[in-house]
Amino acid sequence: MIPALFLIALLMLGSAAAAMLLRNLIHSALLLIVSWAGVAAFYLWAGAEFVAFAQILVYVGAISMVVLFAVLLTRQNQIIDTVIEPASRARAATAFTVAACVAAVFSAAILSTKFHPAAPEAPTASVKEIGLTLMNEHGGALLIVGLILTVALLGATILAATDRDEDQSQPSDAALPPKETP
Amino acid sequence: MSPLHLCLLISTGLFCIGLAGALARSNTILVLLGIELMLNAANINFIAFWRFGPSPVAGNGMIFVLFAIAVAAAEAAVGLALIIAVYRHQKNIRLQDSTTLKG
Repeated sequence: MIPALFLIALLMLGSAAAAMLLRNLIHSALLLIVSWAGVAAFYLWAGAEFVAFAQILVYVGAISMVVLFAVLLTRQNQIIDTVIEPASRARAATAFTVAACVAAVFSAAILSTKFHPAAPEAPTASVKEIGLTLMNEHGGALLIVGLILTVALLGATILAATDRDEDQSQPSDAALPPKETP
Repeated sequence: MSPLHLCLLISTGLFCIGLAGALARSNTILVLLGIELMLNAANINFIAFWRFGPSPVAGNGMIFVLFAIAVAAAEAAVGLALIIAVYRHQKNIRLQDSTTLKG
């Protein structure tokens, strides 16, 4: 049981770290999909099958596609990206320091905590039980989540929709250098 | 070391990888994906406490994770739509160049 956990952790953390280190965006996105699949494998390992399949459907299936589309739509020529500025190097060093400090604090806190022993038998939740719990106790929350998803996706569509008139009439300030009036 | 400790350490690792990515990268898409990794780490904690807790209520941790996944999906959709809107405006999605909120 524990060796499987180590394998899953290696897959999950390795691909996530590689995704954050690589400079090719497409490779990063694909590695992150592997990492999300690793998280789904962890859920399967822990006995939460329903959540694992939800993770696969939502992350590996849906969000990955949205991310890949965003990467392809915002692609630019790679020549600019090959030069690493000193400022971004400094920022990366700071980020790694901060992340290492946070990791050290969390690990120390976890290792020094004594948890209650786990329940003798593993908890099980069948799909029927989950459905009943969702619909009975958490029915209001389910409705609110549906509302949030509807509003968020409508808002996302409106935000990303092209506005042709505006694009033609007033070109963006950042794309064109400001014109000097003679 | 109990399995619960191991699970929490693994999720700490995932959280910190996401944090480092969100802070270090200058590409907006990768920053958003770093935040997604941190959300996933939080979900792993929910499942770990549900599985190895002293007296688990059937399905409680799973319900938490389901709602968190739904909200994370909405957040990712809005975030990526914002990125595309910024790209159309600036022809660029580097964070350093998005320094104005001008319409």
